[in-house]
Amino acid sequence: MISFQNVTKKFSTAITAVDGINLDVKKGEFVFLVGPSGAGKSTLLRLLSREYLPTTGKIVVDEIDISKLKSSDIPLYRRKIGFVFQDFKLLDDRTVFENVALALQVRQMPENEILKEVERTLKLFEIWDRRNLFPRQLSGGEAQRTAIARAIIGKPEVLLADEPTGDLDPQTAWSVLQLLGEINSWGTTVIMATHNKEIVDTQKRRVISVKGGKIIKDKNEGKYDLH
Amino acid sequence: MIYIEFVKRNIRRTPYQALAASMVMFLTFLTLSSFLILAMGSQQILKFYESKPQAIAFFKDGTTEMDVQAIQDALSQTGKITQFKYVSKEDALQIYRERNKNNQTLLELVTANILPASLEISTLSPNDLKPVAEIVKREPVVEEVVFPEDVVASLTQATGLIRIVGTGIVAFSISFSILIIIMIIGFKIRIKREEIETMKLLGASTRFIKTPYLLEGMVYASIGAFLGWLISVLVIWYFEPLLKEGLGEVAQNIYPISPLFVLGLLSIQIFTAILVGGLGSLAALRRYLHL
Repeated sequence: MISFQNVTKKFSTAITAVDGINLDVKKGEFVFLVGPSGAGKSTLLRLLSREYLPTTGKIVVDEIDISKLKSSDIPLYRRKIGFVFQDFKLLDDRTVFENVALALQVRQMPENEILKEVERTLKLFEIWDRRNLFPRQLSGGEAQRTAIARAIIGKPEVLLADEPTGDLDPQTAWSVLQLLGEINSWGTTVIMATHNKEIVDTQKRRVISVKGGKIIKDKNEGKYDLH
Repeated sequence: MIYIEFVKRNIRRTPYQALAASMVMFLTFLTLSSFLILAMGSQQILKFYESKPQAIAFFKDGTTEMDVQAIQDALSQTGKITQFKYVSKEDALQIYRERNKNNQTLLELVTANILPASLEISTLSPNDLKPVAEIVKREPVVEEVVFPEDVVASLTQATGLIRIVGTGIVAFSISFSILIIIMIIGFKIRIKREEIETMKLLGASTRFIKTPYLLEGMVYASIGAFLGWLISVLVIWYFEPLLKEGLGEVAQNIYPISPLFVLGLLSIQIFTAILVGGLGSLAALRRYLHL
């Protein structure tokens, strides 16, 4: 489903964030992307979300070379992908309900369908009673649940999570991970960049270790290992 | 419509900016509507004088009715005259009193002796006025002859001046308004950069992101245009008695103001507002929003 083919991303002649990466991710996989800060994990995710273009190589998603997408097709491509961030990126002036609804509003879905779909999703994520609160009124776990709800409400094929547990206490981090696992069980491909060794080691999922912009290890049922 | 909801949210979030933008737009469009009303008014006054071929001969003191009759007889022989109306000193005083009945000081200052007797001479066509005036001017009892050519020339000059100065002021105000819209929309784009990034990642199209900003500029300009129109229409309505009195007979060409003119003025204002707001917002989007 996702294929990085000899992808390099340079920000200047001196900075190579991703260096000749080859990587395939199958549909429905759950992949941990691990590595120290600056290893290139976030750059890989940003290349996949088409925020960055590779300097060389190509990235193929569903048999489409995303580097060659026309500007007008990029929004349609991004609707296939959900994003979750460490800092949630919720809009401060919108309630939980409005934040989640935004993902459907950008698709210009009819209002009544949006209302139904948001209600269903918020109930599923157990934040329906928080629907009228603003992000600053939420706990970290609630904010991340809201962010995940927003990411998956459009039923994306891929969910990219960049350090989603980074700002959360261990208990909440586990609940978020459980949620991502559940989303994966519905058939959504999940790629999660993380520093959290404990989580990675207990999950027995595919682990791709990145260091200095290169993949140094790629193991099914792997462990957090940067050596 | 989702865009309207987004615009409302943007305005609610920065109410003072919205207020400032609308006030600047109001000033611009008040200027525009005032200019349009002045232009229309001066045009109507011109029309009035052009449609009334009439010369007025003012007589020196001591002119007798026989002198006046002799002039009338001489003019009648030209075959260009349709009507004469003699206004004696007493008649002139009566007219003066009627026009200034509310100003006691002016009434006290003037007596019939100060005002000259006059003869209003109506001709078949405006082209006859000049030769008729030339004949009358030659009469020794005539002090001065006034006819619309002078009035029309002065009015044409004044109208031209109104157009030039008005166009200059309106052009300046519109440029200023466009810059204000660029500044405010540009500022909003900057403070909403993160929100725009998030929307991009959620799959929002360029049009979806840009349209609310485009509409926002148009909304500010339209609010200003509507208020400018409303105030100028209210001012004309409020000062109607005063203007009618001041303009005398000429006012009949202006009042009652046609509802079509009032609606036309609103349409011009709103159309211009959409252009100003749209141009300002587009410029801000081109300058500050790179998707």
